[in-house]
Amino acid sequence: MAGMTTIVRTISRLLFPFMLLFGVYVLIHGHLTPGGGFQGGVIIAASFVMIWLAYGLEQSPIGFKLFRTEVLEAIGGLVIVAVGVVGIVAGVGVLGHVLPLGTLGNLFSGGNLPLLNICVGIEVAASLILVFYAMLRKIAWDEK
Amino acid sequence: MRRVVPFVAVLVVGFILLFTVVNYLPPFGSFPQRKLGAFENQSVGQRILENAPRETGSANVVTSVVWDYRGYDTMGECTILFTAVCGVLMLFLATRGEE
Repeated sequence: MAGMTTIVRTISRLLFPFMLLFGVYVLIHGHLTPGGGFQGGVIIAASFVMIWLAYGLEQSPIGFKLFRTEVLEAIGGLVIVAVGVVGIVAGVGVLGHVLPLGTLGNLFSGGNLPLLNICVGIEVAASLILVFYAMLRKIAWDEK
Repeated sequence: MRRVVPFVAVLVVGFILLFTVVNYLPPFGSFPQRKLGAFENQSVGQRILENAPRETGSANVVTSVVWDYRGYDTMGECTILFTAVCGVLMLFLATRGEE
């Protein structure tokens, strides 16, 4: 993983926070605007992959911890299942609305949907980051 | 000749597809109504479109279908994703290097 030229590195470094911000926006507005947890998570993962492809895995400026990302992914999946079980316990069925529905169109509305969107966004982002990290790491090992 | 035959084939297939799309698909914004005995003129899509904002409190109907009407299915998808990533990590990081 040698990385690319200075032009690509600079542009991807400048673009990285905005891509991350856009991913988070798509994620937390999933119940209001087009998009949702899956799409926002993929955008977040794409920003990380862009940095890795531009810089190479060894010289990348972003700090990445494998174990923390694995834990985040597991927590995302666990919270989704936990919300489903809470719905059963509360007597409204699997993934039923426990939180209040609120006013249509507000950011904090839609019952469980924002929580589920955020959790699935974290899970998808961590999953795709892990998959791409594993593949790039394997390539780097094979090149040695 | 070797270039003309595929070109003509692509043109013919494309024309057939375009003809089908233009003539037989329902117009944009509408969807086929179910014609099944007691369910005459009762479309699931129309009911969801009308009731989703009131029942789920979500302005995005796609999200309300994915996480409310078919929430169980999506929960299963998340576990599938988790399992798939576990498999990929096991495959690619099984032989750790010097690090």
